[in-house]
Parts: sequence; C-alpha cells; structure tokens
Amino acid sequence: MACIEARGLRKTFGSTIALDGVDLTVEEGRILGLIGPNGAGKSTALGAILGLIPYQGALKVLGRNPWAEREKLMGDVCFIADVAVLPRWMRVAQALDYVAGVHPRFDRAKARAFLDRTIIKRSSRIRELSKGMVAQLHLALVMAIDARLLVLDEPTLGLDLLYRKQFYDSLLNDYFDRNRTIVVTTHQVEEVEHILTDLAFIDRGRIVLDCSMEAFADRYCEVMARPEHLAQARALGPIHERQVFGRSLFIFDGGDRDALAALGEARTPSIADVFVAVIGARGTQHQKAAA
Amino acid sequence: MTTSADAAPQSFEPGSAARPPASRTPPFLWSVRRELWEHRAIFVAPLIVAGVMLLGFIVSMGDLPRAHRAFLALSPRRQSIAVALPYDAGAAALILTWLVVGAFYCLAALNAERRDRTILFWKSLPVSDLTTVLAKAAIPFLVLPAVTLVVTIAAHFITLMINSAALLAIGESPAILWARLPLATMAVTLLYAASTVSLWYAPVWGWLLFVSGWARRAAFLWAVGIPLALCLFEKIALGSSRLFSLLIQRLGGGFQDAFDLKPHYLFGTDLSLLDPARFLADPALWIGLAIGAAFLAAAVRMRRLQGPI
Repeated sequence: MACIEARGLRKTFGSTIALDGVDLTVEEGRILGLIGPNGAGKSTALGAILGLIPYQGALKVLGRNPWAEREKLMGDVCFIADVAVLPRWMRVAQALDYVAGVHPRFDRAKARAFLDRTIIKRSSRIRELSKGMVAQLHLALVMAIDARLLVLDEPTLGLDLLYRKQFYDSLLNDYFDRNRTIVVTTHQVEEVEHILTDLAFIDRGRIVLDCSMEAFADRYCEVMARPEHLAQARALGPIHERQVFGRSLFIFDGGDRDALAALGEARTPSIADVFVAVIGARGTQHQKAAA
Repeated sequence: MTTSADAAPQSFEPGSAARPPASRTPPFLWSVRRELWEHRAIFVAPLIVAGVMLLGFIVSMGDLPRAHRAFLALSPRRQSIAVALPYDAGAAALILTWLVVGAFYCLAALNAERRDRTILFWKSLPVSDLTTVLAKAAIPFLVLPAVTLVVTIAAHFITLMINSAALLAIGESPAILWARLPLATMAVTLLYAASTVSLWYAPVWGWLLFVSGWARRAAFLWAVGIPLALCLFEKIALGSSRLFSLLIQRLGGGFQDAFDLKPHYLFGTDLSLLDPARFLADPALWIGLAIGAAFLAAAVRMRRLQGPI
C-alpha cells in the first residue's frame, strides 16, 4: 500500500487555485523532497495530507482520509509544520509530559536520550531557548514517536548552518528506516539533496516533475560545453543554458549520454539547477502567455 | 501494512481495548492540564483576590473593640447577618473573579493558538478538535467554579481564624462568633451558587469560545460589539430593549431564579433561600444550555477549519 496516494487533488481559496489537480504517490520507505517556488502550493498540499484543510479530489494517507480522520491519522503521522511553533510558555519537561500523555506511540526514554546530547535543560521554558534549540527539541519529540510518516515543512528555516546540518544528520542516522516515510519541503535544496530518494517539483498547484533520484540522474544531464561545440549543444535542445566563468553550461532533459559527453564535461546536475531550468522556463512561458 | 516490528500494534484505535494500559490518563484530562499550565490566572487571580480581602480584613481588626461592642448590642438575627456579611462579600468577589477570568480565558482560548501558530503543534498530535474544545470549555464550566469554591471556603476558614484570634487578643470570647456564623449553610449555598451560575452562564461561555475561534483579531470587540449592535438595532428598529434586558439578566448570573430572594435575608444564612426547583423549571436555563451547546459545536467546527493567522 502506498503511504500517500493523491488523485486530482484540488484546493481553491476564493478565486486563487492553490492545488490544480495534484497526482502524487509516495511509497512506504521513501524520502520525498517536495520542491517548489513560493506560493506553488507546497504547504497547501501538506495541509491536505495532514488533515488540516478540506480539499477536493481523492486522497489517502496510510489508508485513511486525512480530513475525516485527522486525530486517528496523527497516531501514525508526525509533522513539523514550521520552525518554532512549540508553545513559548511551555517548559521542556511539560512538553515531554504532554506528548507522552496524549501520544500512545511516544517513547519518553528516546526523547530524553536525544535531549541529553543537547544543552537543553528540562526546566527551561521554550521561550528561553534559541531558535536552533527549539528545532532540536521539536525533532527530539518527533523522533521519539514511532510514526510511519513524517512530514517536514521548512523545518530548518532561519536556523544556522550547524543546526541545519545536525538536523538532517539526526533525521537520517537516528530516525529513518525502511519502514518510515518522510516528506520534506525546503528552499535549501542542496542540504537535503543527498538524503532524498524521490523528488517532486510543484509549480502553480501542479506537479511538474515526479521521479526517483535514480531516474533523475538518468534523465538530466549537465554539460559544460567546450567553446567549439556551443552551436552543436544548442542544436540538441537544452532546457537551460547559463554562463559560469565564461563557460557555457547546458542542462539537457533526456538525450544520449555519449553524444552529450562528446560536447564537453558531462555530469548529473544539482536539483537546484534543474529546478531553475524547469520552473524558470515555466515562469517565462507563463509571463509570455499573460502578455 | 508492514511497518516497524518492535513496538506497538500498527494502528491505535481509541475504542479498542487492545493496547492502552488501564492507568492511561485520557487525552481530555491532559488537555485540561495543559490549559492550567498555560493559564495560571485560573489559580493566581482568585488567590490574589482572596489575599487582598484577607489583608483588608486583618487591617479592619484594628477597629475590633468598638465593632465588637456594637455587634453585641444587636439582636441575634442581626448578629447573624453582621457576622456573615464579610463572608458573603468575599464569596461574591470570588464569583465575580471567576466570571472575569473565565471571560478573558475564553476569548484567548481558541485565538491565541492561531496567533502564535502553536495550533500547528497541537494539531500534529492525536487529539481531536472536539476533545480540545471541550477541555477548553471545561475551564470556565468546571475548573474555575471548583477553584472558586475551594478558595472561598479556605478564605472563609482563614477569616474565621483571624477573627477568633483577634477577639481572644482583646480578651473577648469568640464563642458567639462561632455560634452565629452558619459555616455549613454558607458552604452548601456556595456549592449551589457555583453550580447554578456555571449552568446559567453556558451561552456566555459558548459565545465567547465561538468568537475566539472565529475572529481573526479583536476577539473582545466582536464578542461585546455584536450583542451591543443587535441591542442598538432592536432599540432603533422596534423601539424595544428586550434583548438588552435578556443579556443583563443572563450576565446577572441567574440568582433571581436560583434563589428565593426574600428581603432582610443574607445569602448563605438560610438554606430555605435556595430554590433549585424553580431554577430547573425555568425554560431560560434550558434554552441557554441549548444555545451554549450550539456555540460549542460551532467552535469545534471553527477549530477544525481555521489555521494559523
């Protein structure tokens, strides 16, 4: 059974279309990066998956209808919807007590073990913690829950580099296993790139790319073309071209690897570069259409 | 459906007897507890009010010799009233504290969590919107009256101790004080008043909780402004002020219904003043409860629909 199964997911706010027929399947044991520009519908999609907002279309998460069964679903799903949404008046010990009290699958010893590796004091109020420490605490709470799906919406926004790195390392080393599924959205794509197994681009309420990272590596190719091959490279229909230190970098969607390698140095592009190529191109088309 | 092998069954159904150990505290009680952690005014405000009154009472003891002579000159019935008066005033002040704290609590209860975005945290846990709203409603309906009752009875007891000690200090016997003070009757009256006010206020708490969940900002203005606007409309359109008198009657706490208010009697001095039959027979009570329930149902729906603001 797929962990998340969405078919024709739609959501409008007044006349604004936030989700315009999203089809998405996430199998168990995957780590999906949901990447999109601001206002693309990422948070709306996650809100629907988590049962926070009503929607149209078919959606099953762990076999349940999220809108109708949010509280049951939350027994198996965890989410960090934003940095620092833990209540500021609460003490760390109270947060542990409360989650242990209401969540049947919370393991307090695990949370304690994780917190012991930080400098967070049990008696502190959350308002006294730095933003990075709040994120650590939230992660400790979430990782101590034996959940099957973890949803992270910009979990590291505004944190410094050390906290961000530590956050994803903990997630990967101490939490993730083949039985769990993680969905993450972030603008700092380069930080999650190495942990993802799957990738989806969302733009203006639609999924514009949905593939595994292996398929991504097979499909996209970045070539730093030698000056004499520029015309040849352009003739092969790159989806993107840019200049770096006076050299031309092309991104190709599909195409014969050997032929591309003959033009210059060929490698798998970063997610960020393909994102700019794919979403940027859509943006230009959209603006042209509007004009 | 194959997942982690080590812990727990795969799905936790609240209804099934499969897993939760008997000692497990239900999410409802945890939710009430969490409200008490966040809103310490629920305890602190009544304690401060009681403390201020006790302090005032201690200072008033400076005038005890003269006051006691005047007291002894009264008839026994008048003595009962004179003795009970400060106790009644204290109880009234603490009931008023409950209503004020309750009103501010309700207006913040479903609004603050959206303003500070913590609703995203609360909703990430397996606690239903119904449980959450009922736990919040339990504060003005159950917790505050219980706190009021306990603090008032404790304050009464301390007042009596202070008064007795002061009488002994000026060489008088406190026996007459103890004989005239209807302590048990006062406690029973208080319990009765706490119950009737709580039930009578159901539509008020329901309305405030609903506005708290519905309003994006200025919940207080909406909560007060809408009823006032409706009163104004009635006055101008129909020339009557039926709604206004209904509101005043409602905010009055239903004492005129719950008690048989005879002249020259003081609350808490006579159990015959309690009139539960008339209170329960009043359609206004039941209509109020129905309206309160409807507002709570609407508040649950609001909690489900509304996100952070």
